[in-house]
Amino acid sequence: MDETSTPTALLVMQGISKTFPGVRALSDVDFEVRSGEVHALMGENGAGKSTLIKVLTGVHRRDSGSMTLDQHDISPQAPIEAERLGISTVYQEVNLIPQLSVAENIMLGRQSTTAGWISWKAIRQRAQQAVDRVDLSVDIDCELRRCSTAVQQMVAIARAVDLDAKLLVLDEPTSSLDTKEVEELFKVLLRLRESNIGIVLVTHFLNQVYRIADRITVLRNGQRVGTYATEQLPRIELVGKMLGKAPQEVAEIESRTATVSDTTPSSEKMLEVSQLGRKGTVEPFDLDICRGEVVGLAGLLGSGRTEAVRLLFGLDRATTGKLKVDGKRIDKPTPRKAIRAGVAFCPEDRKREGVILDLSVRENIMLALQASRGLSDALSYKQQLELSQHYIDALKIKTPSTETPVGNLSGGNQQKVLLARWLAMNPKVMILDEPTRGIDVGAKAEMETLIESLRKRGMAVVLISSELEEMARTCQRVSVMRDRMKVGELANEDVTDQKMMEMIAQHHDD
Amino acid sequence: MTIDPPNPIRRITTSPLFWPLLGLVLLLIFNAIFTPSFFNLEIRDGHLYGSMVDVLNRGSIGIIIAIGMTLVIATGGVDLSVGSIMAISGAVAALMLTESNVSLWGVIPCALLAATIAGLLNGLLVAVVGIQPVVATLILMVCGRGIARFLTGEKVIALVDDHFSAAFDYLGNGHFLGMPFPVTIFVLLVLATLVVVRKTVLGLFIESVGSNEVASRAVGIQARTIKIGVYAFCGFCAGIAGLIDASNINAADTVNAGVFTELDAIFAVVVGGTALTGGRFTLVGSVVGALLLQTLLTTLYTFGFASDTAPVPKAIVIVGVCLLQSDAFRQKFRRRSAA
Repeated sequence: MDETSTPTALLVMQGISKTFPGVRALSDVDFEVRSGEVHALMGENGAGKSTLIKVLTGVHRRDSGSMTLDQHDISPQAPIEAERLGISTVYQEVNLIPQLSVAENIMLGRQSTTAGWISWKAIRQRAQQAVDRVDLSVDIDCELRRCSTAVQQMVAIARAVDLDAKLLVLDEPTSSLDTKEVEELFKVLLRLRESNIGIVLVTHFLNQVYRIADRITVLRNGQRVGTYATEQLPRIELVGKMLGKAPQEVAEIESRTATVSDTTPSSEKMLEVSQLGRKGTVEPFDLDICRGEVVGLAGLLGSGRTEAVRLLFGLDRATTGKLKVDGKRIDKPTPRKAIRAGVAFCPEDRKREGVILDLSVRENIMLALQASRGLSDALSYKQQLELSQHYIDALKIKTPSTETPVGNLSGGNQQKVLLARWLAMNPKVMILDEPTRGIDVGAKAEMETLIESLRKRGMAVVLISSELEEMARTCQRVSVMRDRMKVGELANEDVTDQKMMEMIAQHHDD
Repeated sequence: MTIDPPNPIRRITTSPLFWPLLGLVLLLIFNAIFTPSFFNLEIRDGHLYGSMVDVLNRGSIGIIIAIGMTLVIATGGVDLSVGSIMAISGAVAALMLTESNVSLWGVIPCALLAATIAGLLNGLLVAVVGIQPVVATLILMVCGRGIARFLTGEKVIALVDDHFSAAFDYLGNGHFLGMPFPVTIFVLLVLATLVVVRKTVLGLFIESVGSNEVASRAVGIQARTIKIGVYAFCGFCAGIAGLIDASNINAADTVNAGVFTELDAIFAVVVGGTALTGGRFTLVGSVVGALLLQTLLTTLYTFGFASDTAPVPKAIVIVGVCLLQSDAFRQKFRRRSAA
């Protein structure tokens, strides 16, 4: 099914290899994009997608191989050079400057000047045209950081398009957008495709790939598995190629996680929340979770679900309400008090609030345990090694060694390091905020299995996920949130993505 | 992902200690060629003398300050007030020795306490009030010297004649086991600090706070306490340096004590391989960095540079070492030599 280069190829990358100290990230990878197509780049964590993109955009330099754009050899040394060549990139984390206005961000680096003086009028005009082109209604004088993530993403795209891009690279553009925003984004992408721009889309969402991509290239372990026309590649085969497994094995993984265990949770309450709230952030809510129970918090972005769990862990200070863990009251929760009481929290923004990128895998894993033991009661180096090695094996963390900085690992593996850190504490309550965001299918399935095993061990688990199917598979109960309020609860057989969606939507119509 | 075995040469050159050590060795080789007398050592009255001993002796104040500064920089901060704290510590000691009957065993703790409190105030401004470290410590840098001058009545308090204290003189001018006593002080301080930060997990917690304060708080590390602590410790170190400085000249000279030491300490830490952005730090690197600066200064004096003009060649060497440390610069160089 492999397709070879055609004359209409816009970008041709051939035999690209890239090695980092200790890690062969890409070996002999071919990749080709045509004008006017949406080309999805897919693969597991650590497959080499990001590295390939970074070689393309001049962030990294390739060790070997060739690249042509419009039949001209290129080898960009920096992102700005790639932009000049017509390759624009929108990264997963928006890399614009939050303190500048929308207009300034769009025109950054190419301000119109007359005899050295900036013409603000021209800048604003051109920026307005750019946002109009992607159908974005935003005040261009507004500071970028005051805009929602979705708008920031669109501004980044508006900028990319305004750079007269021939090739637009989108690295995980949808992972922080809700369904409606994704639709808006896709409308813009389809229009750009009509104007003959080549679009590379890196994403983990299968549904989206099948909605919009013309062709799919799959990478695995730094090598190209193949390039396929979307309509000729059934989903199950795509997943199989990403995981390097035959389709029936994939079905097995899915069925293993799909069966919600019938072992019923005990009635022993591990977490009792009554009227906990914070002015202007979350309206007071109640929530009880028993030993061995997984309770989901469903809702759209901004519904208050993340804000609610931040109150539970004391990352934000609650202004009203009470919190009890295993029968013991936590007064004015702080992370330290919450951890002492047996609460663990894997945050949504794992790079900012979770893992510490400069520290090694070993150090990241032992950090919480050590913090709770205090300075005087230090874990010996040997204990630390055993502890981290145990979790590296148990959670199958892919890392060259225990001493590798966590920043060098892929997103899914960073998430596992974070989990290992908390498992080492043997917590009573585990809060997981979007544990599967930005990680691939295989790792997602593993994460679901893991949550199930935590539950069986008697933990009370709070799960937030934007993927309702995932919640339906994993949770015994779901609290639905909307507009910073808890609006209802579903239990047992009522926990289906359909019912959750109805509950979220129904309240939206009010 | 396949994993290559680590290259041993690369492992040495990527060690944060490699480049400052290389700089120091190059400087010593330079001296060995042009001023062989640099390495002469002689024993007089049971005391060791020579340029090398001078470097250690004169460098001790810089090293002591650099130790405290390393921990502050590791948390992502900086302390500009160390010079002023030195002045305060010296002033308190001189004042107590001249105006009271308290023995030296009471004077030293009081001077160090004053210095530690000054550092603590820095820490509170940074960690609790949330002022940027540069601004927060700038406050004490400016007004600390004023406080010291106020204490001494705007004059130099000389510890001579009736006020001369042999014990206080010993701090900066005495000898212990043949070496100048300040050397003993800095060696003990370095060892004690190393034990406390590396044999406990304090060092890791400091690195964690410096790399990511929000995430550190979320694992239950008391980031605020740690930050206050390192500033207080940095003040304490500056206090020790202030005592040695005052003892050296047997006087509290609040105008000249510790001027520009903050900048030398920051140089030493950065040259030693600790990034100003915080996170990973190396105390030994900072010691090497401070020694490098002192060796350089001694070399320049040997070549007849006056203390007013010596900063120029000093700056050139510092730029050189920083360039050596820069990955980007080395890569450029490598590519050019390959081409």
